[in-house]
Amino acid sequence: MIIVTVGMQLGFDRLIAAMDTLAPELGMPVIAQTGKGAYQPRNMEARVKIAPSEFEALVGEARLIVSHAGIGTVLTAARCQKPILLMPRRADLGEHRNDHQLATVGKLAGRPGILVAADESELAPRIAEGLALTGWSAVQSATARQLHAALAAFIENRPL
Amino acid sequence: MVKDSIRVLAVASGGGHWEQLMLLRPTLAQYDVRFATTEPAVAVQHGVAGAESLPDCNQNMPLRSALCALVALWVVLKHRPKVILSTGAAPGFFCILAGRLLGARTLWIDSVANGEELSMCGKLSRRFAHQCWTQWEHLAQGDRPRYFGAVL
Repeated sequence: MIIVTVGMQLGFDRLIAAMDTLAPELGMPVIAQTGKGAYQPRNMEARVKIAPSEFEALVGEARLIVSHAGIGTVLTAARCQKPILLMPRRADLGEHRNDHQLATVGKLAGRPGILVAADESELAPRIAEGLALTGWSAVQSATARQLHAALAAFIENRPL
Repeated sequence: MVKDSIRVLAVASGGGHWEQLMLLRPTLAQYDVRFATTEPAVAVQHGVAGAESLPDCNQNMPLRSALCALVALWVVLKHRPKVILSTGAAPGFFCILAGRLLGARTLWIDSVANGEELSMCGKLSRRFAHQCWTQWEHLAQGDRPRYFGAVL
């Protein structure tokens, strides 16, 4: 199963419509949390909101999360050890107030378990890559190893 | 030194702040760690039993912030941690302040969501916490904040 989420605050029809187009070819169920969007999906199960406990359970079952570039979802994916594909909202299309999601994907691209589609045309190949990912762990990224080591040093009062 | 004799209080508000604390859990679990959060029910969902409950607050809620500061002081008095760390937000900052009063070593880890500038509590922590860390290398400024990697 693939879960698609755009957060609760704003719709993101460009992502939802593109995933709806791709859904019949993915060979597995797709469930979308659509937020305040206007587009009505035809090929995937769509819900405006999903309660946190249910979302948690769905993430647990999912093979891939496809999401707007919201840091909260990236963190949930990391904790649950699920690969996540991010497509950033764009301010020039009225999808957010500013382009901070572009900055976010620029910085997160290439970290373990995180894939980026710059726009809807890149979704299909990135989904295939995401479904093929194995043997990675968010805790093992170079930056995470560094933070865990520094935290242990601080707690044990060793030199940083 | 026996690691599990070092008592650590780890504090985060519900949501993204808590997610980041959970990503640090493999390291925290080596010590005598106690958790505090604004959403203990979520902590239970994540397998953390007995987390202390803190009232949620922010800079626009003066009375609730005062209440949160008192509860934070109570939590720190109750557990007497050697080390207090928080990934945010305001309730974690109050625990750090209480820890300063009671002799704990304190660490603020600013949220990975703050890629453009430090949070308000992060800025305050540059002065009030023993260490203030950012998770973005380009935001590090000499000693405050420092950069030592990120949860992701």
